[in-house]
Amino acid sequence: MRIPYYPGCTLKTNAKNFEVSAIESAKILGIELVELPRWNCCGTVFSLTSDDLMHHVAPIRNLIRVQEMNEDGFVKDEYRLLVLCSMCYNTLKRANLRVKENPDDLKKINDFMYLEKEGYEGNVEIIHLLSLLKDLGFDKVKEKVKKPLEDLKIAPYYGCMLLRPKEVGIDDAEEPTIQEELLSSLGANIIDSPYKKVCCGSYQTVQDKNIVADLTYNILTHAQKEGAEAITTSCPLCAFNLDNRQEEVKKKHPDFKKIPVFYFTQLMALAFGLDKSFCRFDLNYINPEPLLRKKKLLEG
Amino acid sequence: MTKKVVITSKNVDFLKKVIELSAQPITRCDQCGVCSGSCPMVNEMDITPSQLMRMVQLGQEEVLGSKAMWLCASCYTCTVRCPRGLDVSKVAEALRQITLRKAIDYIDIKKIPKGEIKKLPQIALVGAFRKFTG
Repeated sequence: MRIPYYPGCTLKTNAKNFEVSAIESAKILGIELVELPRWNCCGTVFSLTSDDLMHHVAPIRNLIRVQEMNEDGFVKDEYRLLVLCSMCYNTLKRANLRVKENPDDLKKINDFMYLEKEGYEGNVEIIHLLSLLKDLGFDKVKEKVKKPLEDLKIAPYYGCMLLRPKEVGIDDAEEPTIQEELLSSLGANIIDSPYKKVCCGSYQTVQDKNIVADLTYNILTHAQKEGAEAITTSCPLCAFNLDNRQEEVKKKHPDFKKIPVFYFTQLMALAFGLDKSFCRFDLNYINPEPLLRKKKLLEG
Repeated sequence: MTKKVVITSKNVDFLKKVIELSAQPITRCDQCGVCSGSCPMVNEMDITPSQLMRMVQLGQEEVLGSKAMWLCASCYTCTVRCPRGLDVSKVAEALRQITLRKAIDYIDIKKIPKGEIKKLPQIALVGAFRKFTG
């Protein structure tokens, strides 16, 4: 299966470990992620005011690229756009939903697409990798596991953008299980935490990292109390707040013990027995390798 | 304790403006407090989300001076739980936009330490600039 894929800015820089592990793990499952030609920024956050259409031009322009990919033969009759980053997913999906539900909005936005050969026709569907894996069947994922993540106690973290608002959520907004299902198929021990869907503070990390330090402290220590040895996420901003900001957490809360944070795709790559160069643990802030060696999941 | 509140046409105009920008029937809020109980930022806020909603209902423009409307990161926890089906995140966004459209920014980009800018991923910077500057 060849499917159009939207990376977004951070997957090409800070979250390269997310992108490479996702692309390579998907290959094992027979899914080829074909990068959208000439993609542009999605805008990161979805504009919420009723009169603001201008900020939806950027996300919608990306959807025209999906139409072009089909016309140019990059993909065959594949109008699903696969997204990995939770924030890009949320922004693209909501912009798409807004224009699909409001033909007048679409018409106005298309008026700004004068540099494009054609306007957006409202025929693209935004899909997150976790949803694609669920559609494929987690039993299929399990079949490809060479190195089950036995004994690894993982607390999945969802954050906000995968679940809310309900119209775009990939799972139940209050009781999500999709990451648990995936990680179970990889053989991991699942740890449940009540803080798995509580906001990490998002972009507030720019103006006040102390707020994020407190939120991160709560999210991580509650998971640790339940026995978690690591956390998984699908969002490069959550990853920054939960992983890199542990420095600030430690300064504010001396009792805090650091804990590795993975992208869920890094654990897929590991369980599929892929080369370490496709996991890129070197880009994780808290080094997860000592834990993985202890669990005999990494050699050396 | 009772407090007398006089509603003037100025108050009504402010409420109407927020209703228009947020596209939310704000008068439907019955102050149950579920949003405040659900908000992960409430500890940091000067007024709670339900107080913010009440101030908007009464058309009190002073709400624009609150820290709370800037701390809302549109996590949507309150919105998925509101029994009246209100989107409180959209109300906070409307209040931010009323300020930002007067060319009043919440953060000064130049004041972010260079070391921090180097560390922060683009996703954080673009998100913050979109929400805090006009």
